[in-house]
Amino acid sequence: MADVKVVLPGDVVDTGAAAQEGAVLRLGPGLVQASERTSAAVAGVLHSDGDVWWVAGNRRRYVPAEGEPVVGVVVARHGEGYRVDIGSAHDALLPLLAFEGATKRNKPSLAVGTVVYGRVVVANSFMDPEIECYNSHTGKSEGYGELTGGFMFKCSLGLARRLIGSKAPVLAALGSDLPFEVAIGVNGRVWVSAEGPEKTVLVANAIRNSEYLDAKQCRQMVKELLDR
Amino acid sequence: MVAEIEPSNVESAFLLQALGKGIRVDGRGIHDYRRLRISCGPAAGMAEVHLGQTRVLARVSCEVTRPFPDRATEGIVQFSAELSSLAAPGLEGKTAQEVAIARMVERVIRQSRAVDTEALCILAGEKVWLVRLDLHFLDHGGNLMDAASIAAIAALKHFRRPDVTVDGENAIIHSVRERNPVPLSIHHSPICVSFGFFGGDLVVLDPSLLEEQTQQSSFTVTLNAHREICALNKAGGAPLSPKQIQRCIQIALVKVDEVNEKIQDALKASTA
Repeated sequence: MADVKVVLPGDVVDTGAAAQEGAVLRLGPGLVQASERTSAAVAGVLHSDGDVWWVAGNRRRYVPAEGEPVVGVVVARHGEGYRVDIGSAHDALLPLLAFEGATKRNKPSLAVGTVVYGRVVVANSFMDPEIECYNSHTGKSEGYGELTGGFMFKCSLGLARRLIGSKAPVLAALGSDLPFEVAIGVNGRVWVSAEGPEKTVLVANAIRNSEYLDAKQCRQMVKELLDR
Repeated sequence: MVAEIEPSNVESAFLLQALGKGIRVDGRGIHDYRRLRISCGPAAGMAEVHLGQTRVLARVSCEVTRPFPDRATEGIVQFSAELSSLAAPGLEGKTAQEVAIARMVERVIRQSRAVDTEALCILAGEKVWLVRLDLHFLDHGGNLMDAASIAAIAALKHFRRPDVTVDGENAIIHSVRERNPVPLSIHHSPICVSFGFFGGDLVVLDPSLLEEQTQQSSFTVTLNAHREICALNKAGGAPLSPKQIQRCIQIALVKVDEVNEKIQDALKASTA
Protein backbone atom coordinates (compact mmCIF):
# COMPACT_ATOMS: atom_id res chain seq x y z
CA MET A 1 0.00 0.00 0.00
CA ALA A 2 1.30 3.44 -0.85
CA ASP A 3 2.51 5.69 1.92
CA VAL A 4 -0.48 7.36 3.55
CA LYS A 5 0.44 10.83 4.69
CA VAL A 6 -1.81 12.36 7.31
CA VAL A 7 -1.49 16.11 7.79
CA LEU A 8 -2.80 18.46 10.45
CA PRO A 9 -3.65 22.13 9.97
CA GLY A 10 -0.46 24.12 9.85
CA ASP A 11 1.78 21.29 8.66
CA VAL A 12 4.13 22.31 5.91
CA VAL A 13 3.69 20.04 2.90
CA ASP A 14 6.68 19.04 0.85
CA THR A 15 5.47 18.78 -2.72
CA GLY A 16 8.88 18.50 -4.33
CA ALA A 17 8.19 21.67 -6.27
CA ALA A 18 10.90 23.62 -4.55
CA ALA A 19 13.43 21.46 -6.39
CA GLN A 20 12.25 22.57 -9.86
CA GLU A 21 12.42 26.24 -10.79
CA GLY A 22 9.27 27.63 -12.28
CA ALA A 23 7.20 24.52 -11.52
CA VAL A 24 3.46 25.13 -11.51
CA LEU A 25 1.51 23.51 -8.77
CA ARG A 26 -2.25 23.31 -8.46
CA LEU A 27 -3.48 23.38 -4.92
CA GLY A 28 -6.83 21.76 -4.31
CA PRO A 29 -9.05 21.80 -1.24
CA GLY A 30 -7.33 21.94 2.10
CA LEU A 31 -4.03 23.45 0.99
CA VAL A 32 -2.97 27.09 1.14
CA GLN A 33 0.11 28.85 -0.07
CA ALA A 34 1.98 30.79 2.59
CA SER A 35 4.81 32.76 0.88
CA GLU A 36 6.99 30.01 -0.58
CA ARG A 37 5.66 27.12 1.38
CA THR A 38 2.53 25.08 1.01
CA SER A 39 0.77 24.23 4.20
CA ALA A 40 -2.31 22.24 5.09
CA ALA A 41 -5.41 24.04 6.29
CA VAL A 42 -7.46 20.98 7.27
CA ALA A 43 -6.75 17.68 8.93
CA GLY A 44 -6.80 14.70 6.61
CA VAL A 45 -4.92 12.52 4.16
CA LEU A 46 -2.67 14.18 1.59
CA HIS A 47 -3.26 13.17 -2.04
CA SER A 48 -1.56 14.12 -5.24
CA ASP A 49 -2.16 13.43 -8.90
CA GLY A 50 0.56 14.81 -11.12
CA ASP A 51 0.76 18.47 -10.24
CA VAL A 52 -2.54 18.65 -8.35
CA TRP A 53 -2.32 18.28 -4.61
CA TRP A 54 -5.17 18.19 -2.11
CA VAL A 55 -6.13 17.09 1.39
CA ALA A 56 -9.08 14.76 1.86
CA GLY A 57 -10.48 15.94 5.16
CA ASN A 58 -13.62 14.85 6.94
CA ARG A 59 -16.00 17.23 8.67
CA ARG A 60 -19.71 17.66 9.07
CA ARG A 61 -20.18 21.35 8.22
CA TYR A 62 -20.51 21.91 4.49
CA VAL A 63 -18.86 24.75 2.53
CA PRO A 64 -20.54 25.01 -0.89
CA ALA A 65 -18.50 24.74 -4.07
CA GLU A 66 -19.66 25.16 -7.64
CA GLY A 67 -20.88 22.11 -9.49
CA GLU A 68 -21.49 19.90 -6.48
CA PRO A 69 -24.73 17.93 -6.05
CA VAL A 70 -26.51 18.71 -2.79
CA VAL A 71 -29.67 17.62 -1.01
CA GLY A 72 -31.55 20.59 0.41
CA VAL A 73 -34.75 21.36 2.32
CA VAL A 74 -36.99 24.25 1.27
CA VAL A 75 -37.40 26.69 4.16
CA ALA A 76 -39.13 29.66 2.55
CA ARG A 77 -40.56 30.91 -0.71
CA HIS A 78 -39.85 34.41 -1.95
CA GLY A 79 -40.89 36.26 -5.06
CA GLU A 80 -38.08 35.04 -7.27
CA GLY A 81 -37.22 31.74 -5.74
CA TYR A 82 -37.02 29.40 -2.81
CA ARG A 83 -34.66 29.57 0.15
CA VAL A 84 -33.16 26.14 0.59
CA ASP A 85 -31.20 24.93 3.58
CA ILE A 86 -28.20 22.94 2.35
CA GLY A 87 -26.36 22.83 5.64
CA SER A 88 -24.00 25.66 4.79
CA ALA A 89 -23.60 28.86 6.77
CA HIS A 90 -26.15 30.63 4.57
CA ASP A 91 -29.25 29.20 2.95
CA ALA A 92 -29.11 28.78 -0.81
CA LEU A 93 -31.33 30.43 -3.38
CA LEU A 94 -33.23 28.22 -5.83
CA PRO A 95 -34.82 30.26 -8.65
CA LEU A 96 -38.43 29.42 -9.46
CA LEU A 97 -37.57 28.59 -13.06
CA ALA A 98 -34.58 26.36 -12.32
CA PHE A 99 -36.49 23.16 -13.03
CA GLU A 100 -36.94 21.04 -16.11
CA GLY A 101 -39.60 22.42 -18.41
CA ALA A 102 -40.42 25.39 -16.21
CA THR A 103 -41.82 28.50 -17.85
CA LYS A 104 -43.42 31.65 -16.46
CA ARG A 105 -46.85 30.06 -16.86
CA ASN A 106 -45.89 26.60 -15.70
CA LYS A 107 -43.85 26.72 -12.50
CA PRO A 108 -43.57 23.90 -10.00
CA SER A 109 -44.88 24.78 -6.58
CA LEU A 110 -42.88 23.40 -3.69
CA ALA A 111 -44.19 23.48 -0.14
CA VAL A 112 -41.96 24.47 2.78
CA GLY A 113 -40.22 21.34 4.01
CA THR A 114 -39.84 19.71 0.58
CA VAL A 115 -36.60 17.88 -0.06
CA VAL A 116 -34.84 18.76 -3.32
CA TYR A 117 -31.79 17.42 -5.10
CA GLY A 118 -29.90 20.21 -6.83
CA ARG A 119 -26.57 21.33 -8.19
CA VAL A 120 -24.63 24.27 -6.79
CA VAL A 121 -24.34 27.04 -9.38
CA VAL A 122 -22.91 29.95 -7.44
CA ALA A 123 -20.69 29.54 -4.41
CA ASN A 124 -18.27 32.17 -3.20
CA SER A 125 -17.62 33.92 0.05
CA PHE A 126 -19.36 37.18 -0.95
CA MET A 127 -22.78 35.95 -1.99
CA ASP A 128 -25.35 33.49 -0.78
CA PRO A 129 -25.02 30.18 -2.60
CA GLU A 130 -27.38 29.35 -5.44
CA ILE A 131 -28.57 25.97 -6.64
CA GLU A 132 -30.55 24.72 -9.62
CA CYS A 133 -32.64 21.61 -10.01
CA TYR A 134 -31.84 20.77 -13.60
CA ASN A 135 -28.91 20.87 -15.98
CA SER A 136 -29.08 24.38 -17.39
CA HIS A 137 -27.09 23.39 -20.49
CA THR A 138 -29.28 20.54 -21.63
CA GLY A 139 -32.50 21.65 -19.95
CA LYS A 140 -33.09 18.15 -18.59
CA SER A 141 -33.57 17.31 -14.94
CA GLU A 142 -30.98 14.45 -14.92
CA GLY A 143 -32.19 13.24 -11.57
CA TYR A 144 -32.35 16.66 -9.94
CA GLY A 145 -35.60 18.08 -8.61
CA GLU A 146 -38.03 17.27 -5.84
CA LEU A 147 -37.53 14.03 -3.91
CA THR A 148 -40.72 12.41 -2.64
CA GLY A 149 -41.20 9.55 -0.24
CA GLY A 150 -38.28 7.68 1.27
CA PHE A 151 -36.13 8.99 4.09
CA MET A 152 -33.29 11.48 4.44
CA PHE A 153 -30.46 11.34 6.95
CA LYS A 154 -27.22 13.18 7.63
CA CYS A 155 -23.72 11.79 7.47
CA SER A 156 -20.17 13.14 7.44
CA LEU A 157 -18.86 14.88 4.33
CA GLY A 158 -16.14 12.29 3.79
CA LEU A 159 -18.65 9.42 3.71
CA ALA A 160 -20.86 11.31 1.26
CA ARG A 161 -17.99 11.88 -1.15
CA ARG A 162 -16.97 8.24 -1.04
CA LEU A 163 -20.53 7.14 -1.74
CA ILE A 164 -20.77 9.26 -4.86
CA GLY A 165 -18.05 7.59 -6.91
CA SER A 166 -20.22 4.61 -7.93
CA LYS A 167 -17.61 2.21 -6.63
CA ALA A 168 -18.90 2.49 -3.05
CA PRO A 169 -18.88 -1.09 -1.74
CA VAL A 170 -21.83 -0.69 0.60
CA LEU A 171 -24.14 0.44 -2.22
CA ALA A 172 -23.00 -2.41 -4.47
CA ALA A 173 -23.51 -4.94 -1.67
CA LEU A 174 -27.00 -3.64 -0.92
CA GLY A 175 -27.95 -3.34 -4.58
CA SER A 176 -27.27 -6.98 -5.32
CA ASP A 177 -30.04 -8.06 -2.92
CA LEU A 178 -32.38 -5.14 -2.43
CA PRO A 179 -33.88 -2.69 -4.90
CA PHE A 180 -33.53 0.89 -3.66
CA GLU A 181 -33.03 4.47 -4.82
CA VAL A 182 -30.50 6.82 -3.34
CA ALA A 183 -29.63 10.49 -3.85
CA ILE A 184 -26.34 11.57 -2.31
CA GLY A 185 -25.54 15.18 -1.51
CA VAL A 186 -21.92 16.11 -0.87
CA ASN A 187 -23.30 18.36 1.86
CA GLY A 188 -23.54 15.28 4.02
CA ARG A 189 -27.20 14.41 3.37
CA VAL A 190 -28.41 11.20 1.82
CA TRP A 191 -31.93 10.39 0.64
CA VAL A 192 -32.90 6.73 0.35
CA SER A 193 -36.06 5.05 -0.78
CA ALA A 194 -36.77 1.33 -0.69
CA GLU A 195 -39.86 -0.84 -0.49
CA GLY A 196 -41.47 -0.21 2.84
CA PRO A 197 -40.13 1.39 6.02
CA GLU A 198 -38.18 -1.69 7.20
CA LYS A 199 -36.09 -1.92 4.05
CA THR A 200 -35.55 1.85 3.95
CA VAL A 201 -34.31 1.85 7.55
CA LEU A 202 -32.05 -1.09 6.71
CA VAL A 203 -30.47 0.75 3.78
CA ALA A 204 -30.04 3.92 5.83
CA ASN A 205 -28.39 2.04 8.69
CA ALA A 206 -26.12 0.08 6.34
CA ILE A 207 -24.88 3.29 4.76
CA ARG A 208 -24.35 4.94 8.15
CA ASN A 209 -22.46 1.93 9.48
CA SER A 210 -20.17 1.73 6.47
CA GLU A 211 -18.17 4.84 7.29
CA TYR A 212 -15.09 3.16 8.74
CA LEU A 213 -15.40 -0.26 7.11
CA ASP A 214 -13.40 -1.46 4.14
CA ALA A 215 -14.99 -3.29 1.21
CA LYS A 216 -14.90 -6.78 2.70
CA GLN A 217 -16.25 -5.60 6.06
CA CYS A 218 -19.01 -3.69 4.25
CA ARG A 219 -20.16 -6.82 2.46
CA GLN A 220 -20.11 -8.72 5.75
CA MET A 221 -22.09 -6.02 7.53
CA VAL A 222 -24.71 -5.84 4.78
CA LYS A 223 -25.05 -9.62 4.79
CA GLU A 224 -25.65 -9.61 8.54
CA LEU A 225 -28.29 -6.88 8.26
CA LEU A 226 -30.11 -8.65 5.45
CA ASP A 227 -30.13 -11.96 7.25
CA ARG A 228 -31.86 -10.56 10.32
CA MET B 1 -30.57 25.92 12.45
CA VAL B 2 -31.02 22.59 14.13
CA ALA B 3 -33.08 23.47 17.15
CA GLU B 4 -35.51 25.89 15.51
CA ILE B 5 -35.81 24.46 12.03
CA GLU B 6 -38.57 22.00 11.32
CA PRO B 7 -37.50 18.68 9.82
CA SER B 8 -38.31 18.12 6.15
CA ASN B 9 -41.64 16.63 5.05
CA VAL B 10 -39.88 13.47 3.96
CA GLU B 11 -38.23 12.91 7.33
CA SER B 12 -41.27 13.50 9.54
CA ALA B 13 -43.67 11.61 7.25
CA PHE B 14 -41.36 8.62 7.13
CA LEU B 15 -40.72 8.68 10.86
CA LEU B 16 -44.44 8.59 11.65
CA GLN B 17 -45.13 5.94 9.04
CA ALA B 18 -42.35 3.71 10.37
CA LEU B 19 -43.32 4.32 13.99
CA GLY B 20 -46.87 3.24 13.17
CA LYS B 21 -45.34 -0.15 12.35
CA GLY B 22 -43.18 -0.13 15.47
CA ILE B 23 -39.97 0.69 13.61
CA ARG B 24 -37.63 3.49 14.67
CA VAL B 25 -35.57 5.12 11.95
CA ASP B 26 -32.28 4.13 13.53
CA GLY B 27 -33.38 0.53 13.91
CA ARG B 28 -33.80 0.51 17.72
CA GLY B 29 -36.71 -0.87 19.69
CA ILE B 30 -39.11 1.74 21.04
CA HIS B 31 -37.91 1.21 24.60
CA ASP B 32 -34.20 1.03 23.81
CA TYR B 33 -31.59 3.55 24.80
CA ARG B 34 -28.94 4.42 22.27
CA ARG B 35 -25.41 3.25 23.00
CA LEU B 36 -24.38 4.84 26.29
CA ARG B 37 -20.70 5.37 27.03
CA ILE B 38 -19.49 7.16 30.15
CA SER B 39 -15.87 8.04 30.75
CA CYS B 40 -14.61 9.77 33.87
CA GLY B 41 -11.40 11.70 34.26
CA PRO B 42 -8.56 12.36 33.71
CA ALA B 43 -9.12 15.34 36.02
CA ALA B 44 -11.23 14.79 39.14
CA GLY B 45 -14.80 15.78 38.51
CA MET B 46 -14.69 15.42 34.75
CA ALA B 47 -17.17 13.13 33.02
CA GLU B 48 -17.99 12.75 29.35
CA VAL B 49 -21.14 10.98 28.22
CA HIS B 50 -21.87 9.68 24.73
CA LEU B 51 -25.53 8.82 24.25
CA GLY B 52 -25.76 7.81 20.60
CA GLN B 53 -24.60 10.91 18.79
CA THR B 54 -25.24 13.26 21.73
CA ARG B 55 -22.10 14.22 23.63
CA VAL B 56 -21.93 16.10 26.91
CA LEU B 57 -18.94 17.04 29.03
CA ALA B 58 -19.49 17.82 32.71
CA ARG B 59 -16.86 19.48 34.88
CA VAL B 60 -17.03 20.02 38.60
CA SER B 61 -14.85 22.54 40.41
CA CYS B 62 -14.93 24.13 43.84
CA GLU B 63 -13.79 27.19 45.70
CA VAL B 64 -14.25 28.67 49.16
CA THR B 65 -16.76 31.48 49.56
CA ARG B 66 -19.09 33.18 52.01
CA PRO B 67 -22.41 31.41 52.44
CA PHE B 68 -25.77 33.02 51.77
CA PRO B 69 -26.87 34.93 54.91
CA ASP B 70 -30.09 32.94 55.27
CA ARG B 71 -28.28 29.59 54.89
CA ALA B 72 -25.18 30.11 56.97
CA THR B 73 -24.40 26.44 57.48
CA GLU B 74 -24.92 25.21 53.94
CA GLY B 75 -22.56 25.14 51.02
CA ILE B 76 -23.59 26.32 47.57
CA VAL B 77 -23.99 24.25 44.41
CA GLN B 78 -24.15 26.16 41.10
CA PHE B 79 -25.09 24.87 37.67
CA SER B 80 -24.40 26.22 34.22
CA ALA B 81 -24.93 24.80 30.76
CA GLU B 82 -23.32 25.80 27.48
CA LEU B 83 -25.06 24.92 24.24
CA SER B 84 -23.18 26.61 21.43
CA SER B 85 -22.85 26.16 17.68
CA LEU B 86 -20.25 23.51 18.39
CA ALA B 87 -23.17 21.21 19.13
CA ALA B 88 -25.28 22.10 16.14
CA PRO B 89 -25.43 24.84 13.52
CA GLY B 90 -27.72 27.73 14.33
CA LEU B 91 -27.33 27.65 18.10
CA GLU B 92 -25.78 31.01 18.83
CA GLY B 93 -25.98 33.13 21.90
CA LYS B 94 -27.88 32.15 24.99
CA THR B 95 -30.81 30.05 23.79
CA ALA B 96 -33.89 29.24 25.78
CA GLN B 97 -32.98 25.57 25.59
CA GLU B 98 -29.63 26.16 27.28
CA VAL B 99 -31.27 27.92 30.19
CA ALA B 100 -34.01 25.29 30.40
CA ILE B 101 -31.51 22.45 30.66
CA ALA B 102 -29.41 24.21 33.28
CA ARG B 103 -32.56 24.88 35.30
CA MET B 104 -33.76 21.32 34.94
CA VAL B 105 -30.45 19.81 36.08
CA GLU B 106 -30.41 22.30 38.93
CA ARG B 107 -33.94 21.34 39.95
CA VAL B 108 -33.21 17.66 39.72
CA ILE B 109 -30.02 17.80 41.79
CA ARG B 110 -30.63 20.68 44.16
CA GLN B 111 -34.28 20.20 45.04
CA SER B 112 -33.93 16.47 45.50
CA ARG B 113 -30.98 17.22 47.78
CA ALA B 114 -28.69 14.82 45.95
CA VAL B 115 -25.59 16.67 47.13
CA ASP B 116 -25.28 17.08 50.90
CA THR B 117 -24.82 20.86 51.24
CA GLU B 118 -24.36 20.81 55.02
CA ALA B 119 -21.27 18.68 54.54
CA LEU B 120 -19.89 21.54 52.44
CA CYS B 121 -19.79 23.90 55.40
CA ILE B 122 -16.34 24.82 56.71
CA LEU B 123 -17.00 27.63 59.20
CA ALA B 124 -20.65 28.50 59.75
CA GLY B 125 -21.48 31.95 58.48
CA GLU B 126 -18.00 32.57 57.07
CA LYS B 127 -16.61 29.89 54.84
CA VAL B 128 -18.35 27.24 52.81
CA TRP B 129 -17.53 25.32 49.65
CA LEU B 130 -19.03 26.57 46.41
CA VAL B 131 -19.30 23.60 44.05
CA ARG B 132 -19.74 24.50 40.41
CA LEU B 133 -21.05 22.07 37.80
CA ASP B 134 -20.49 23.15 34.20
CA LEU B 135 -22.12 21.25 31.35
CA HIS B 136 -20.73 21.64 27.84
CA PHE B 137 -22.75 20.15 25.02
CA LEU B 138 -20.36 18.99 22.34
CA ASP B 139 -22.86 17.41 19.98
CA HIS B 140 -26.65 17.69 19.77
CA GLY B 141 -28.05 14.33 18.74
CA GLY B 142 -31.28 14.65 20.68
CA ASN B 143 -32.24 14.08 24.32
CA LEU B 144 -29.74 16.44 25.89
CA MET B 145 -31.54 16.18 29.20
CA ASP B 146 -30.82 12.52 29.92
CA ALA B 147 -27.21 12.79 28.81
CA ALA B 148 -26.77 15.92 30.95
CA SER B 149 -28.16 14.28 34.09
CA ILE B 150 -25.95 11.20 33.65
CA ALA B 151 -22.87 13.36 33.09
CA ALA B 152 -23.72 15.56 36.08
CA ILE B 153 -24.10 12.66 38.48
CA ALA B 154 -20.98 10.89 37.19
CA ALA B 155 -18.93 14.08 37.50
CA LEU B 156 -20.20 14.86 41.01
CA LYS B 157 -19.42 11.33 42.17
CA HIS B 158 -16.00 11.46 40.54
CA PHE B 159 -15.05 14.82 42.01
CA ARG B 160 -12.64 15.21 44.94
CA ARG B 161 -12.42 18.38 46.99
CA PRO B 162 -9.46 19.40 49.16
CA ASP B 163 -9.56 18.14 52.73
CA VAL B 164 -10.23 20.69 55.49
CA THR B 165 -9.40 20.68 59.22
CA VAL B 166 -11.29 23.08 61.42
CA ASP B 167 -9.56 24.14 64.63
CA GLY B 168 -11.86 26.42 66.58
CA GLU B 169 -12.04 29.61 64.56
CA ASN B 170 -9.42 28.60 62.01
CA ALA B 171 -9.93 26.44 59.02
CA ILE B 172 -6.92 24.89 57.33
CA ILE B 173 -7.47 23.83 53.75
CA HIS B 174 -4.96 21.13 52.89
CA SER B 175 -3.41 21.10 49.45
CA VAL B 176 -3.85 17.93 47.43
CA ARG B 177 -0.21 17.09 47.97
CA GLU B 178 -0.54 17.18 51.75
CA ARG B 179 -3.67 15.13 52.11
CA ASN B 180 -5.77 13.10 49.71
CA PRO B 181 -8.77 15.06 48.50
CA VAL B 182 -12.12 13.75 49.67
CA PRO B 183 -15.26 12.95 47.67
CA LEU B 184 -18.47 14.97 47.95
CA SER B 185 -21.19 13.56 50.12
CA ILE B 186 -23.90 12.44 47.69
CA HIS B 187 -27.13 11.07 49.10
CA HIS B 188 -28.60 9.58 45.95
CA SER B 189 -28.24 9.71 42.18
CA PRO B 190 -31.23 11.12 40.30
CA ILE B 191 -31.24 10.12 36.64
CA CYS B 192 -33.55 11.64 34.03
CA VAL B 193 -35.34 9.38 31.56
CA SER B 194 -37.10 11.11 28.67
CA PHE B 195 -39.93 9.93 26.45
CA GLY B 196 -41.36 11.33 23.24
CA PHE B 197 -45.03 11.01 22.25
CA PHE B 198 -46.42 11.06 18.74
CA GLY B 199 -50.18 10.87 19.17
CA GLY B 200 -52.27 7.76 19.77
CA ASP B 201 -50.26 5.23 21.71
CA LEU B 202 -46.92 5.92 20.02
CA VAL B 203 -44.20 6.52 22.57
CA VAL B 204 -40.43 6.20 22.31
CA LEU B 205 -37.70 6.21 24.93
CA ASP B 206 -34.62 8.39 24.47
CA PRO B 207 -35.74 10.37 21.42
CA SER B 208 -33.08 11.10 18.81
CA LEU B 209 -32.85 14.58 17.33
CA LEU B 210 -35.29 13.88 14.49
CA GLU B 211 -37.76 12.26 16.90
CA GLU B 212 -37.45 15.25 19.23
CA GLN B 213 -38.22 17.65 16.40
CA THR B 214 -41.24 15.62 15.26
CA GLN B 215 -42.78 14.65 18.59
CA GLN B 216 -46.04 16.11 19.84
CA SER B 217 -45.05 16.15 23.47
CA SER B 218 -42.19 15.09 25.68
CA PHE B 219 -42.08 13.83 29.22
CA THR B 220 -39.12 13.38 31.56
CA VAL B 221 -39.24 11.39 34.77
CA THR B 222 -36.33 11.57 37.18
CA LEU B 223 -35.75 8.54 39.39
CA ASN B 224 -33.00 7.32 41.66
CA ALA B 225 -31.76 3.87 42.54
CA HIS B 226 -34.07 3.71 45.58
CA ARG B 227 -37.08 3.77 43.23
CA GLU B 228 -38.03 7.29 44.34
CA ILE B 229 -39.43 9.81 41.88
CA CYS B 230 -37.31 12.94 42.19
CA ALA B 231 -38.97 15.04 39.51
CA LEU B 232 -41.51 14.91 36.71
CA ASN B 233 -41.22 17.31 33.84
CA LYS B 234 -43.75 17.94 31.13
CA ALA B 235 -43.58 21.36 29.53
CA GLY B 236 -46.21 22.03 26.92
CA GLY B 237 -47.21 19.70 24.14
CA ALA B 238 -50.21 17.41 23.77
CA PRO B 239 -51.81 16.14 27.01
CA LEU B 240 -50.98 12.69 28.43
CA SER B 241 -53.27 10.28 30.26
CA PRO B 242 -52.34 9.00 33.73
CA LYS B 243 -52.04 5.48 32.29
CA GLN B 244 -49.38 6.64 29.81
CA ILE B 245 -47.46 8.34 32.60
CA GLN B 246 -47.63 5.23 34.80
CA ARG B 247 -46.31 3.08 31.97
CA CYS B 248 -43.42 5.46 31.36
CA ILE B 249 -42.49 5.38 35.02
CA GLN B 250 -42.45 1.57 35.00
CA ILE B 251 -40.14 1.52 31.98
CA ALA B 252 -37.93 4.21 33.50
CA LEU B 253 -37.49 2.20 36.71
CA VAL B 254 -35.78 -0.57 34.76
CA LYS B 255 -33.64 1.81 32.72
CA VAL B 256 -32.41 3.80 35.72
CA ASP B 257 -30.93 0.66 37.27
CA GLU B 258 -29.03 -0.09 34.07
CA VAL B 259 -27.74 3.47 33.83
CA ASN B 260 -26.62 3.55 37.46
CA GLU B 261 -24.69 0.32 36.89
CA LYS B 262 -22.94 1.91 33.92
CA ILE B 263 -22.02 4.94 36.02
CA GLN B 264 -20.57 2.69 38.72
CA ASP B 265 -18.53 0.79 36.12
CA ALA B 266 -17.20 4.04 34.67
CA LEU B 267 -16.20 5.36 38.10
CA LYS B 268 -14.43 2.10 38.91
CA ALA B 269 -12.65 2.09 35.56
CA SER B 270 -11.29 5.58 36.09
CA THR B 271 -9.70 4.88 39.43
CA ALA B 272 -8.38 1.46 38.44
